[in-house]
Amino acid sequence: MPDATGLELIAQRVRESVGDEAVTDTVFSRGRATLDVAPQSVHAVIAYLRDEDQEPWERLMSVHGVDYLPAEPRLGVHYELLSMARTDRLNVRTRVGVEDPRLPTVVDLHPTANFQEREIYDMFGVVFEGHPDMRRILMPEDYEGYPQRRDFPMGGEPVIYTYNEPELPRWYD
Amino acid sequence: MTDLDQPGTMTEPLSVPYRERERSVTMEPIGEEHDELLTINIGPHHPATHGVLRLLTTLEGEIVRDVKPIIGYVHTGIEKSCEDQQYWKVIPFVERMDYLSYYFNAMAFCMAVERLLDEEVPPRAQWLRVIHLELNRIASHLFWIATGSLDIGAITMLWWGCRDRDLALDLFEMSGGQRFHTRYFQVGGVVEDIPPGFEAQTRKFIETMRTRIPQYLSLLDRNEIWLQRTKGTGIVPLETLLELGVTGPLLRAAGHPWDLRKAMPDSGYENFEFKVPVGTVGDNYDRFRVRVEEMLESLKIIEQALDGLPEGPYITDNRKIALPPRHELATSMEALIHHFKLVTEGFRVPPGESYAAVESPRGELGCYVLADGSAKPARVHVRDPSFVNLQALPEMARDHLLADFIACVAMLDPILGGVDR
Repeated sequence: MPDATGLELIAQRVRESVGDEAVTDTVFSRGRATLDVAPQSVHAVIAYLRDEDQEPWERLMSVHGVDYLPAEPRLGVHYELLSMARTDRLNVRTRVGVEDPRLPTVVDLHPTANFQEREIYDMFGVVFEGHPDMRRILMPEDYEGYPQRRDFPMGGEPVIYTYNEPELPRWYD
Repeated sequence: MTDLDQPGTMTEPLSVPYRERERSVTMEPIGEEHDELLTINIGPHHPATHGVLRLLTTLEGEIVRDVKPIIGYVHTGIEKSCEDQQYWKVIPFVERMDYLSYYFNAMAFCMAVERLLDEEVPPRAQWLRVIHLELNRIASHLFWIATGSLDIGAITMLWWGCRDRDLALDLFEMSGGQRFHTRYFQVGGVVEDIPPGFEAQTRKFIETMRTRIPQYLSLLDRNEIWLQRTKGTGIVPLETLLELGVTGPLLRAAGHPWDLRKAMPDSGYENFEFKVPVGTVGDNYDRFRVRVEEMLESLKIIEQALDGLPEGPYITDNRKIALPPRHELATSMEALIHHFKLVTEGFRVPPGESYAAVESPRGELGCYVLADGSAKPARVHVRDPSFVNLQALPEMARDHLLADFIACVAMLDPILGGVDR
């Protein structure tokens, strides 16, 4: 992980190249460096970090979706960047609201994000604009709701038997 | 008699490539009368898909033109269930994700929570963790070689691999009381010290495996069918693999020596001497050899860890996190209170986020934990290597024969419990 100073330097360089409003905050906590990024600048920041930065972050290892309920904006998306040359990690985080959450996709920069962005769409409802195949991936295609959101109840899924099948929504669609 | 100790001396059967002899099969697109595409569905219940993986395959003749993996059939919402459990009760849940590398799942989760708690793990616990992780790596690779060989038609390997994996499971039963999903790793250390006899049994296991692994090689590595099925199939350029986020033996087989145990060592891995096997071509044969060599390297690590096993506590003595030893409960009121508090309420983790990654048998297994200050995690997300590596399957299989496609799935080694979580 870059140390706290290194993180500020990265943030400075991103602000200079991508724009002042791109980086909203930096958090350095327990050895983890987090760059908070405005949702509309995610693609530009990750492209800059991958290609142009003097210390490039060329690999994306993981994309996490988070629900920060009750904080606003509620949903968060984390990009775990990795530099194999420097064996270092950087976390890029962005926050979107729960009403019509949209983010630019990074699949064109990091093809590995394909499944992971689909998973976040599936679980949190964040739509990644420009994604080649924005469908649910783990839940059934006709599922309603986004089960990993914190306000989604745990349990209570009806089990389909022949006797209650017609009562379940859209069973005959 | 062929000399089994000298690999590479057997040239005659390989000199005429199988493809040229097999006239009915051709690698070229099959002319105009056959260029119609056929979509077939492989799985979700099919012995060659290693779990419930559905592969929507587009064929032109016998050539695979496209593959769409369809997953989610064993999605059980483990990550959601984790949000309803206290931290120490999450461990059995995460272990059930990638069900062949349960120690690694628990390790990633425990490491993430330890970072949030700023908790040091005592050296003995780190060494015990390394021993179990490497035993688990061997057990996982043994099951891979057993089922993967079965897919290619080498049925003997199934019995041999499962027989020897049982020896590793016996060791897990000795130390943790369970053969699978042992819940042996705890936040701050391990749940119990190893019992008397564990060390001797482990050394015996190492000796056995050192004679068994050459047996596997003599069974497979000199087998013409095996070589023809694996050599030169499923090659993906290294840059594509890196872009797709593929890690683990698949990446190393393509020649990139990326191993988190060396690159970002944690839990005392920097103290052990071992090599990172890499391939040269990146075909299915290299994937096979890399995993076999990894087993031998893991044996070395276990041996070193047994030799240098430090004395001392096996779990942190922070009573706010780890249960007090059993004997203290009879004499110490504080121990009783701590025990009661931990079992009923669990421990609280200060708010924060962390991501910890370990090198699992299939690649980078990372665990992201969001703590909100309560005794339950607000979010647990696992970056499962099988889930990410599966994206490379269409690249591996495209424009290959359908039979090679099955070999690619076998050598990819996806664990659907981890893919779907």
